[in-house]
Amino acid sequence: MFFAEVNLPDIIVVLLYVFATAYLGYLGYRGTKTTSDYLVAGRKVHPFVMSLSYGATFISTSAIVGFGGVAGLFGMSLLWLTFCNIFVGIFIAFIFLGEPTRRIGHRLDAHTFPELLGRRYQSTFIQVFAGLVIALFMPLYGSAVLIGGTEFITTAFGMDYNAALLIFAVLVATYVFFGGLKGVMYTDALQGVIMFAGMAILIIYTYVKVGGLVSGHQMLSDLKDLTPPTLTAIGHQGWTAMPQFGFGETKYNLWWIVVSTIVMGVGIGVLAQPQLAVRFMTVKSKRELNRAVGIGGVFILAMTGVAFTTGALSNAYFALHGPLFQGRVLKMVNADKQHALLQVMKKSPSGEWMDAIKETSKDGKALTNYVAAVKTDGDGKWLSVAKSTNELGVVREGVVIPAVLDKAQPFLPDAVGPNQPAQGRSISIVYAKGNSDQIIPTYIRLAMPKWFGLVFLLTLLAAAMSTLSSQFHTLGTAAGRDVFEKLFGGKTGGNSNRTIYIVRIAILLGLVLAVAVGYYAKKEQAVVSIIARATAIFFGLCASTFLPAFVGGIYSRRMTKAGAIASMLVGFCVSTFWLAFVKVPECTVIGLVKKSILATAPNWPVVDPLFIALPLSLLTVVVVSSFTRKSDEAHLDICFSSNKKNNETKI
Amino acid sequence: MLGIEDKWVALAYLLCIGSTLLCVVYGWLNWNRGGDEIKQEDVRWAAEEDKAEEKL
Repeated sequence: MFFAEVNLPDIIVVLLYVFATAYLGYLGYRGTKTTSDYLVAGRKVHPFVMSLSYGATFISTSAIVGFGGVAGLFGMSLLWLTFCNIFVGIFIAFIFLGEPTRRIGHRLDAHTFPELLGRRYQSTFIQVFAGLVIALFMPLYGSAVLIGGTEFITTAFGMDYNAALLIFAVLVATYVFFGGLKGVMYTDALQGVIMFAGMAILIIYTYVKVGGLVSGHQMLSDLKDLTPPTLTAIGHQGWTAMPQFGFGETKYNLWWIVVSTIVMGVGIGVLAQPQLAVRFMTVKSKRELNRAVGIGGVFILAMTGVAFTTGALSNAYFALHGPLFQGRVLKMVNADKQHALLQVMKKSPSGEWMDAIKETSKDGKALTNYVAAVKTDGDGKWLSVAKSTNELGVVREGVVIPAVLDKAQPFLPDAVGPNQPAQGRSISIVYAKGNSDQIIPTYIRLAMPKWFGLVFLLTLLAAAMSTLSSQFHTLGTAAGRDVFEKLFGGKTGGNSNRTIYIVRIAILLGLVLAVAVGYYAKKEQAVVSIIARATAIFFGLCASTFLPAFVGGIYSRRMTKAGAIASMLVGFCVSTFWLAFVKVPECTVIGLVKKSILATAPNWPVVDPLFIALPLSLLTVVVVSSFTRKSDEAHLDICFSSNKKNNETKI
Repeated sequence: MLGIEDKWVALAYLLCIGSTLLCVVYGWLNWNRGGDEIKQEDVRWAAEEDKAEEKL
């Protein structure tokens, strides 16, 4: 726990941070506040401020804690996601989607993503449907960010998960309901600077601690024989290798999890994120988008690139510097490297060595850990703990960990009869107690200086806050402006008091839903972190439902209203069907089926819905648009004609 | 390569750095390109955006 050991310099650093944030927030409120204020006033904002505020809003605890932890478990293959984040999420998105979105959004006076789609295709149904999808599923993504912050609070303050979740949710609710919905550019930008500095310190410190760039990677490569058997069974080949590629056998599952869900699901899904598309509209000109590309690329590399590299390298750090485990060697995995399987043991107050035992429920969830007296054979030699299963299906077995024996003192001097206790260090997931979402918080707590841990905690919480407020802002406007006003507001746009009421109710319900997901997710902890899964589901669903209609809509005059509607319905229905009946573990958590309907066909249950739904939705838009009626030419001219043709007046 | 066992992971590592450099070079070369004029449609949009925000 940090708080027990905090001293004066630590407090000073934290106070400086808090005051700087508060001061910049005050400056922001006193002067111009939001991007639209800048546009109205025609003032200039430095592209650094714009880009950093953008980055801080979109990178949150989900990317750093959730996906960083997944990299700690699966390794550096996750860097393909960083590549997609930079190349697809920044380069392609800013250069090819940014300007058309901004231009068409302004010309059609669209202020939300559903409104952009609805007005482009002149369809109330599209706007309402898109609004509903966002309002219903945004809490899932919100829960991912919420869990990320909660995991960090539990580690930092040694607090119970549920209590931390509740406290964090109350903080977020207070922030959102007392005017935190408007992004204050300078506070966001300060958060961006701190995040950048924090991540830079993190990667430099990590590389130094593992012996440098090449040596650190080499050390991580050398740990591959310590990969847990449950992971090697699904294709894990070490932390600097891609999982085994193929199709049709369980040993290829990990490749499909990493590539289809994590890399493609999130990497491509980012293109159709409602919050991102709306941000393009708040940018003043194409020039600002051009300028933001370079800064955005560096920022994303510093965020996800560092988080994933650090997550993977944390294994090498823990193997070199982690707290020691003591126990007895069950098997030497590699005698040259002193890699072994260790039965963890603890000394009782009376000085006797006891075996660490764990109990797991029949569906693989951890139940209890305790110590028990060691059993010995006739010669006094320690026997391994026999694995047993009781009538309820609870499995009882010894706590066995992969370990690198301590170089200075691999075996303890106090032999017990013929037995020689040993000591060594293990890999990240062991220190994180089997929960990949705990890898980054645990690494920060154990490896980094205290002051850094505190600032990093505050920064992550602030980053989570800014992302959550933008998520709930999008949710609220989707429910109020896109669904309620369109369905019940009439032509005048509806009663604004009632809309405000709907927006607040929607935000509150969304928050409650996000907390509920956070609460139940903890109970359903699966192989891949819940943070990564929830994020991937939302990103994949958005891409399958919106991407063809969105990209086609801003680029092509040939896209028709019928084509867009059909594509959105196909993308949404196929995605949700795949999630509810095929994808593991999502389908069993949703509960409509007890196991995947493709459970007997290896790999299919881990293929991401995006892989199936996006091609189908794309095909649908092309086919249906080719034989249905285009929008009228006058409308298409407003959307696509050049500025000169439109005869706009410059000011 | 770089102590990374698998060439596909090493490629991802290098592509991350390469794509960042691509972004930086693009941003630098186009720093003053793309126009910076505010049009009526932009101002109208921003005024409406402020009204929509006020509702929240």
